[in-house]
Amino acid sequence: MIEIVEPGRCIACDRCVEVCPTRVFDRGADGIPVIARQDSCQTCFQCEAYCPTDALFVAPLVTAVAADSHFRDVTELEGSGLLGGYRRELGWGRGRTLGARTAIGPEYPD
Amino acid sequence: MTSNDPEPTLNTDVLVIGGGPAGTWAAIKAAQAGADVVLADKGYTGTSGATASVGTGIWYVDDVPELREAAMASREALGGHLADRDWMARVLDETHARMDELARIQRYPFPVDSDGRQLRGDLQGPEYMRRQRTRVQRLGVRVLDHTPALELLTDTDGVVSGARALDRTTGETVRVQAGAVVLAAGGCAFRSKTLGCDVNTGDGALLAVEAGARLSGMEFSNAYAIAPKGTSLTKTAYYSWATFYRADGSVLDGAGSTRGRSVIAKTLLTEPVYARFDRAAPHEQRAMRKGQPNTFLVFDRLGINPFTDLFEVTLLAEGTVRGTGGVRIADHDCSTDVPGLYAAGDTATRELICGGFTGGGSHNAAWAVSSGSWAGRGAAGFAARRGRPGRALRAAGTAGLRPTGPVTIGHREAVDAVQREILPYDRNYLRHADRLEPALRSLHRTWSAVREGLGADGEELFRAREAAAMVAHGRWMYHAALRRTESRGMHKRTDHPALDPAQHHRLLTGGLDEIWSRPETPRRQLLANGGRAA
Ligand SMILES: Cc1cc2nc3c(=O)[nH]c(=O)nc-3n(C[C@H](O)[C@H](O)[C@H](O)COP(=O)(O)OP(=O)(O)OC[C@H]3O[C@@H](n4cnc5c(N)ncnc54)[C@H](O)[C@@H]3O)c2cc1C
Ligand code: SF4
Ligand code: SF4
Repeated sequence: MIEIVEPGRCIACDRCVEVCPTRVFDRGADGIPVIARQDSCQTCFQCEAYCPTDALFVAPLVTAVAADSHFRDVTELEGSGLLGGYRRELGWGRGRTLGARTAIGPEYPD
Repeated sequence: MTSNDPEPTLNTDVLVIGGGPAGTWAAIKAAQAGADVVLADKGYTGTSGATASVGTGIWYVDDVPELREAAMASREALGGHLADRDWMARVLDETHARMDELARIQRYPFPVDSDGRQLRGDLQGPEYMRRQRTRVQRLGVRVLDHTPALELLTDTDGVVSGARALDRTTGETVRVQAGAVVLAAGGCAFRSKTLGCDVNTGDGALLAVEAGARLSGMEFSNAYAIAPKGTSLTKTAYYSWATFYRADGSVLDGAGSTRGRSVIAKTLLTEPVYARFDRAAPHEQRAMRKGQPNTFLVFDRLGINPFTDLFEVTLLAEGTVRGTGGVRIADHDCSTDVPGLYAAGDTATRELICGGFTGGGSHNAAWAVSSGSWAGRGAAGFAARRGRPGRALRAAGTAGLRPTGPVTIGHREAVDAVQREILPYDRNYLRHADRLEPALRSLHRTWSAVREGLGADGEELFRAREAAAMVAHGRWMYHAALRRTESRGMHKRTDHPALDPAQHHRLLTGGLDEIWSRPETPRRQLLANGGRAA
């Protein structure tokens, strides 16, 4: 579930508000999106893929985490490299190579 | 619905409902055929639906007769010989051509092998679907995001003539009047949380049946996918390398990803099940990370190394998403039994190429591409012949939109009631009349309550429709499942474990307040072995 919108990183581009298939975000008064309907989140990671500044974090669980969970701790997630991890793997963002270009999985066993 | 202001109205040749792979290919082909096209998605075309979040293997087979023959033969028995060679061959051709187009025009970055040849058997969801969106927009299609269709419009002759939809950004309804409609709204996964599928609530089937369409293969609706417990990660391919365990660390005998998933289901009824991808060699492990970044996104975030750590798993229902039932296809252009209405992707039955076996893994993706392309061209042709519809249009919606009594039930309550009957493994997966019958009765009661007393206003309108669509879907599934008193394809009856040669036919299902199922008429019945329609 979406857990973090980090105001310090957000450039108020509205991308996440637009692309979230289940309309979880509303644009806040200051332009920073707010998680208005967390219970509608389908844990699909699309908002993260589209956020140009890695300001969002989607925890890998389908239920909300506790307030003191490390999935809400931006500093820790930055440190561990988990923040922005999906975008990095997709190769989305300036100067990156598209992940699809090298997405060759293993041969399947019979 | 309470306001007297005239609804804002768009007029177009072709309305496409749903912007997944099926809907975007439909929009592309309709626009190329010269039609004016409106594409409305409940979410956002490019990120919404199963493919966008999941990515898919696709049934792409080189144009070599022996390879094609082997590809067609491979799933015929698994599908209970309900597929059709003619359709399989058409889908293989069309998929080949469209993947070529995807590479050339959408410039999809397929990986290349050591000989420089593109490998086209896998599509990464976000990459594929963002390119589909761009292509659709470049062709001048009007894209309406966050605009779920609520109901179809028909003219006085019953010809489908557009839809009413809800603009979720404003909470207002809009009308789109069209010469023909393509339904590509996905299947129904009952909001089980399988990846990317909360938007797939079976709206397409409900809209179609309300306009007079019939369904086919609704008994093939018991797909369940493995996921690490508590997550939405239902990517199942890599479980081919997994061993399954009990809590005490002993191996769960007979459990497996493809054959043996029912053992997992049975065990989960009473105790937890664990998995580990411990049969993957180091070079395979590295390839897996490359092949499916979203899989490892979840494991990395959970702090689990799936190759060395045991992790608890669950099974999530995927209904008619990785099942194969849906709107009956009447002809090669993906027209339905109702004039002006075309169906594509998971909204349509995939029995034509899968029979009764899951279309997941390859066939569904190929079907979405092919059926979408055919439906788009078909709808454009129909609209050109017909012209724009006249004024006297009737709105076909029923449950959730037009309660017959005072509002007494909310959409959440209705969804809870459906999930109670559909999600449990002992009802939908491990099927037996003793459990299916009471479950169906309960769903009928929920339908009556919904029909009479489910209504909503403003933004909530589409939630009410989703709830109604799921109740209807569950009833069609269980009605057909009870009617097929044998085991065939994915439909396994524990009370009828054998295949019954006398039931070698497709089952049609339909109806709203009164539901019916019956074998497809003899003309379309299948020959003993082959599967080619007579
Ligand atoms: C976890 C998982 C893994 C899979 N893996 C594979 C695979 O490897 N190979 C394979 O072949 N298949 C696979 N499948 C199946 C495949 O993803 C689907 O068959 C495919 O996405 C179908 O395309 P579609 O366009 O019909 O539906 P979707 O991609 O689901 O798109 C449906 C669209 O319709 C929209 N919609 C819904 N209701 C409405 C409405 N009322 N109004 C407007 N829009 C609406 C939705 O928002 C969505 O955008 C998998 C499915 C899942 C869930
Ligand atoms: S994970 Fe998906 S559903 Fe959740 S907020 Fe992000 S885009 Fe929306
Ligand atoms: S996409 Fe990222 S930068 Fe843009 S508004 Fe959302 S959080 Fe802010």
